[in-house]
Amino acid sequence: MIGWKWLTQPPATWALVVRVIVKAALWFVLFNLAFAGFDGIEVLNRVSLYNGLVPGRQRLPYGEDSRAYNLSLNSLDAMFASHVITQPKAADEYRVVLIGDSSVWGILLKPEETLAGVINAAQLTLADGRQVRAYNLGHPILALSKDLLILEHVLREDADLIIWLTTLQSFPRSKQLDAPLVQHNADDLRRLFRAYPLNYDMDDPRLSEPSFLDRTIIGQRRNLADWLRLQLYGAMWGMTGIDQYIPPDGEARTADFEADISWEGYSEPQPLTEDLLAFDMLGTGQQMVGEVPLLLINEPIFMSDGQNSELRYNLWYPRWAYDRYRARYEAAAEANHWRYLDLWDLVDGAEFTDSPVHLTPAGSRQLAERVAAEIRTIANRGP
Amino acid sequence: MTLTFIAIACTAALVYNRLVPDRWRGWMLMGASIVAIYALQPFTAIRQLDFVLPTFTLVLTIACWLFTRAAGPFAQDDYAALLFTVVLVLAVSATRYLVPELRLTSRPPETPLVALALILTAGGIVLLWRTPYLAHDRLSIAMLMLIALLVMIKYEPLTIGLSSVLRSWRGQDVTLAASTDWSWLGFSYVAFRLIHTLRDRQTGQLPPVSLREYVTYVIFFPAYTAGPIDRAERFAIDYRALPALTAARLTEGLGRIVVGIMKKFVLADTLALLSLDATRAAQVTSAGGLWLLLYVYAFRLFFDFSGYTDIAIGIGILYGVQLPENFDRPYLRNNIAAFWQSWHMTLSGWVRFYIFSPLSRWLLSKPKRPPLILILLIGHLTTMIVIGLWHGISGPFVLWGAWHGLGLFVHKVWSDRTRKAYLRLRQRPRLRQAWTVLGVALTFHFVLLGWVWFALPDLESALSVFRRLFGL
Repeated sequence: MIGWKWLTQPPATWALVVRVIVKAALWFVLFNLAFAGFDGIEVLNRVSLYNGLVPGRQRLPYGEDSRAYNLSLNSLDAMFASHVITQPKAADEYRVVLIGDSSVWGILLKPEETLAGVINAAQLTLADGRQVRAYNLGHPILALSKDLLILEHVLREDADLIIWLTTLQSFPRSKQLDAPLVQHNADDLRRLFRAYPLNYDMDDPRLSEPSFLDRTIIGQRRNLADWLRLQLYGAMWGMTGIDQYIPPDGEARTADFEADISWEGYSEPQPLTEDLLAFDMLGTGQQMVGEVPLLLINEPIFMSDGQNSELRYNLWYPRWAYDRYRARYEAAAEANHWRYLDLWDLVDGAEFTDSPVHLTPAGSRQLAERVAAEIRTIANRGP
Repeated sequence: MTLTFIAIACTAALVYNRLVPDRWRGWMLMGASIVAIYALQPFTAIRQLDFVLPTFTLVLTIACWLFTRAAGPFAQDDYAALLFTVVLVLAVSATRYLVPELRLTSRPPETPLVALALILTAGGIVLLWRTPYLAHDRLSIAMLMLIALLVMIKYEPLTIGLSSVLRSWRGQDVTLAASTDWSWLGFSYVAFRLIHTLRDRQTGQLPPVSLREYVTYVIFFPAYTAGPIDRAERFAIDYRALPALTAARLTEGLGRIVVGIMKKFVLADTLALLSLDATRAAQVTSAGGLWLLLYVYAFRLFFDFSGYTDIAIGIGILYGVQLPENFDRPYLRNNIAAFWQSWHMTLSGWVRFYIFSPLSRWLLSKPKRPPLILILLIGHLTTMIVIGLWHGISGPFVLWGAWHGLGLFVHKVWSDRTRKAYLRLRQRPRLRQAWTVLGVALTFHFVLLGWVWFALPDLESALSVFRRLFGL
């Protein structure tokens, strides 16, 4: 056989076959044990071609469309290692980190059209000569728990200001442990539960402890494949700058609704108590950042003037729930001395795309203008 | 071929070697191949077409065997093989009465209907076979029909038209007709195997083969989806003396399969994320980026195809059949002729044997013989364009074939004129080595640029990539 002598030359006997199989099996078991023992996946997730061989990403990896060079993965370490924020901070840089949901990440927006992108394009210079550089650390999951996990990583990146944009859909306590990203980072979340007064059950079955087998190569095969795919997509990201497929004619958000005021399973107005909304997570965020200023923003929402708009602001929010949420947020911010901006009605209705919080490039610019003004105020005021 | 299929084939090979007596092994291979072509056939949007296409492959195979067999009475083995095939086809159709998980295809037609269709088809074939005025041209007609079928599934407008007709007949939405409706798995290879036997019968070179040998040769399951294209007489030699499994064969077979899996499912599938295609070609703007996509494409194609071949050869070895090699380090060849002797070797051998040589001979034998250089050009161009068309009837494939045809022609002229100088290099080994390295680099990049035609679906995007590769 051409080129295959290496395979056929040794005198193959059944004893040889058995020896090969046994040795291969032993090596396989040994590699798996070593990988699990040394937490191989943790080590690997901190290794990245980004910010070295290929440029760092402008936003966290997310999405599964073959026309864009991006993917959703479970490792926050791998996600951060691919992000441009892990590059060293310039001496004259005023580092602003934006965290939040899909509106911060920028669904249907190019990286340069997102809130962070527009702020950077404005090239803000502070009174002390520092240049404002904004980083998009949003992630399209509606849960404050996910934001806390990201915040924990952000604190390693020497931020000068953190801006946390939220909307009511991220607050329901019952949803905080549902997201796969949260469940796959259960150890980190448990650490937060232990360190801060968060009202959660650490033994919640959704936060399962990975077994030893889960940490082997076999158990981590999905994460290994994701890591490899993330690195390979780096080249395409570097060459194209495309990290999201934006359809030419996107689906518009709904403006007409049924005569329905239900929200989160409640068909009648309810008091939005501590049990229902996870405001304690915002408090925890405040504790976590320590001396770093944290600005909380209630992000703009679409306000319909269509059918039944007297009952609902939009598809997500009946008026009763959203109004009560805003009042509660306002009260909490005042009571706890949080830096808080309520920008719920800042952006015109025409500047929302496929959901009540996703903005058009023009909407993004409207928001960025207001946020940039606040950044200047906070930065020039000093610590 | 999926990893599950490969695992099943390997496990079944161990059972086959351990439990099946020698005299039944040929039958087992035939039965397994018949079942496999149904299992491997992808689902099609047109209802029941995924049952009809493999069945039609079997019908064509049996018809071609009938046309190619030597005169004389049928052997008992042939009757048994025919009966075995019919029973298996009916058994596959009877899976319609089982739960979907146990079916090999989507819901097949009703078994009595299949039986009736088989009887009518058999009647038609026998009529064709017995029609005296067709006796002389029967083999040529069969070849033309196979070529027509190839054209039909390779030429997109025709495929879409046919799909519309079928959709309309089946009461399905005609506006959704697409070329993908006709994903007739393995037919490109089946057609070339059948044409080889028909042509060899015409020239008197085909030795007698039984129906069992013939059917198994044409649809041998390891080589069904992606070759290699074996020769019937060579296959029959292995098939008639299927050996017992030895440690050497197990090592060799499993070794080839493991290497093939690494090439196909690890290397090629990984490189696929970065290889040239129409979307990426439009998105990447820099010349450097396009070169990277093109290099990745070249290696992805090699690992994908040669990986499949390794798996096919490995499974063949486990079942006692030594399929021919298809790749021999093609990117390390120092001229384009050597490249084509080491890339998809069984296909290039086939076209050399059935197109290049007969065409050249015919042109040479003409009373008004064209100049030799023109014969050479026509021969190379025609041969390579046929290879291009075999992959798909479209402008880029024709240009890809022409690219290689011209390359082979230029190389032939060049090597004829520089032969003496090349021979003198023997005295200067260093210079010869450098010459070889230069030849490898040139050949590789010639092939690499040719892949632009191959990878992109239309001339416009291919030309655009060429322009951008060179910064124009």
